[in-house]
Amino acid sequence: VSTFLQQLVNGLSLGSIYALIALGYTMVYGILRLINFAHGDVYMVGAYVGYYASTRFRAQEPSYPRAIAIMFFSMLVCAVLGIIIERFAYRPVRRAAKMTSLITAIGVSLLLENGGQLLFGADPKFFPSNAPHREFNVGGVHITSEQLTVFVVSLILTVLLLAFIQRTQTGKAMRAVSFNLDASKLMGISTDRIIAITFALGSAFAAAAGVLVAMAIPKIDPLMGIMSGLKAFVAAVLGGIGNVPGALIGGLIIGIAEVFTVGYLSPTYRDAIAFAILIGILLFRPQGILGRVEKEKV
Amino acid sequence: MRKTGMFVLALAGAAAACAPGRSSKEIVIGEYGSLTGNTATFGQSTKNGSQMAFDEINKAGGLLGKPVKLIVEDDQSKPEEAATAVTKLINQNAVQAVLGEVASSRSLAAAPICQGAKVPMVTPSSTNPKVTQVGDYIFRVCFTDIQQGEADAKFAAKSLKMKRAALLYDVRNDYSVGLRLVFAQKFKEFGGEIVAEQSYSEGDSDFRAQLTQLKSANPEVIYVPGYYTEVGTIARQSRDLGISAPLLGGDGWDSPRLWEIGGKALNGCYFSNHYSVDDPSPAVQKFVADYKAKFGATPDALAALGYDAAKILADAMTRANSSDGAKVRSALADTKGYAGVTGTITIDKDRNAVKPVVMLKVQDGKFVFQERIEPGA
Repeated sequence: VSTFLQQLVNGLSLGSIYALIALGYTMVYGILRLINFAHGDVYMVGAYVGYYASTRFRAQEPSYPRAIAIMFFSMLVCAVLGIIIERFAYRPVRRAAKMTSLITAIGVSLLLENGGQLLFGADPKFFPSNAPHREFNVGGVHITSEQLTVFVVSLILTVLLLAFIQRTQTGKAMRAVSFNLDASKLMGISTDRIIAITFALGSAFAAAAGVLVAMAIPKIDPLMGIMSGLKAFVAAVLGGIGNVPGALIGGLIIGIAEVFTVGYLSPTYRDAIAFAILIGILLFRPQGILGRVEKEKV
Repeated sequence: MRKTGMFVLALAGAAAACAPGRSSKEIVIGEYGSLTGNTATFGQSTKNGSQMAFDEINKAGGLLGKPVKLIVEDDQSKPEEAATAVTKLINQNAVQAVLGEVASSRSLAAAPICQGAKVPMVTPSSTNPKVTQVGDYIFRVCFTDIQQGEADAKFAAKSLKMKRAALLYDVRNDYSVGLRLVFAQKFKEFGGEIVAEQSYSEGDSDFRAQLTQLKSANPEVIYVPGYYTEVGTIARQSRDLGISAPLLGGDGWDSPRLWEIGGKALNGCYFSNHYSVDDPSPAVQKFVADYKAKFGATPDALAALGYDAAKILADAMTRANSSDGAKVRSALADTKGYAGVTGTITIDKDRNAVKPVVMLKVQDGKFVFQERIEPGA
């Protein structure tokens, strides 16, 4: 039983990483109907910004304020990166056919991956520990402070994001843009600004995930965003793409499914399970768990 | 358009035909290795070792009266790039012999190309038996995994007196898969039991699911015949999960970065290797001192094997009194009792070196000598 519970904990901590990345996918899709394939690579950049920040400003003792400062710094840098990507890659092709944006997204993704290898080097790097490391043993189930942090942070960020979308003026504008881009423009909403904010927020979340995963694993490399990004995308689709709580639920399900596949079936199927789930969901419930069915209007 | 293309091709062909390597002014040796990527320190250490050997040779007047030039190609720790690198070395640089690789998967990708072109290839540290089985132009100056896996099993069963072992291996890596088979078979012969088995793929970074399963089988030792990047991460995550059993592994652990990755989670773990820097023999101590003076770091076994591989190749060329592929090949096959840094090297009929295995214990960033296991003992 303790093995089962331990695997559940492993799955939840892995899943909360996917959830954090999936939030960015879902937000951008919700507003632009664009699958931002570069999102997983923004997550990688986030981890590297955290790495360079923590090695540059090396402190004697790991501490929470320091870890939090590094995370916010990385979120800030990636928010700016998100805005730049949107401004220079997606905005020029926003009015073009859907396929154009999608191909642009793949292009940006390749640029970040290969640029990352050039800039950071292809060797994996090892994240220094910023926060104090602690372990908890709950009835034979081992939980590290890093795993706990990842889980709690992903819950907090999801709640904050929901509150932001539902309660603030900007959030209202985001919902309006998501509902109908042209109509909201006519209503005086600065759609360019709202879209930029969406990218900034989504990228900041990816950066948070990057720093958190780097603390827990602690290996980072320039191609780490590819597989995690794809799985987070599956998580977003599973939860219902465009739906914020859906991204959280989808992420957790994918994480748990992956860990149980490795533990009880075969580690060889580790990456296959997420895509098997994707095929399943597209066949039987294409709108996802929490998604709404949108009627095609002629 | 088409005509220009043909012209460029013809030009390239002409350039390749009169490549500078075959000039009689110097001897060109090619080396391919992982200078970047997941196992970057393997390639870097080997290159340092072989470069040092050729520098010494050039200082002493060169080889066959000519200076030796070493051309190193990076394969980025990828088998497909290894094949490309060797093709380039042979076709463009017209090298007379090839050194490389460390990882067996990459040596296996490149060896058929050397064999096909009849260019002798000496791998310093690929231990998988299949590597030299590719053909009669492929040699190694290290022991094979048949020997290494048996030594690991003997050490676990006899020296550590352990009865219950679990396995965690890299399913996509020839070296890891081979070692695990030998270890499992020998460990059972020595009276032990394999209580659980899990696998991963190179590049994975989360091993908690596999380790949780292994933990439930309650092993006394976990055999992890992988490479240092994954091993360091596995050590950390196993301690996070409350596993206290030591990890045991092979020469793929040997890297200055192992400790940086795994940290104190690795304390009390063991691995087998080709030599120990603590070895008091004058040959080892001179090599360690020279290497430190040149590169400012302690040489790992891969550097020592890179050095030995280069020296043995040079020795064969001297004995053959030629750099011709076929003559160097038969001189290499005749290598007997060569006193290298990593021990006395004799090439057997399968073109492998038969050498003792050294067991080391990881302690606070140092690899402490435990015991030497002689071949066939």
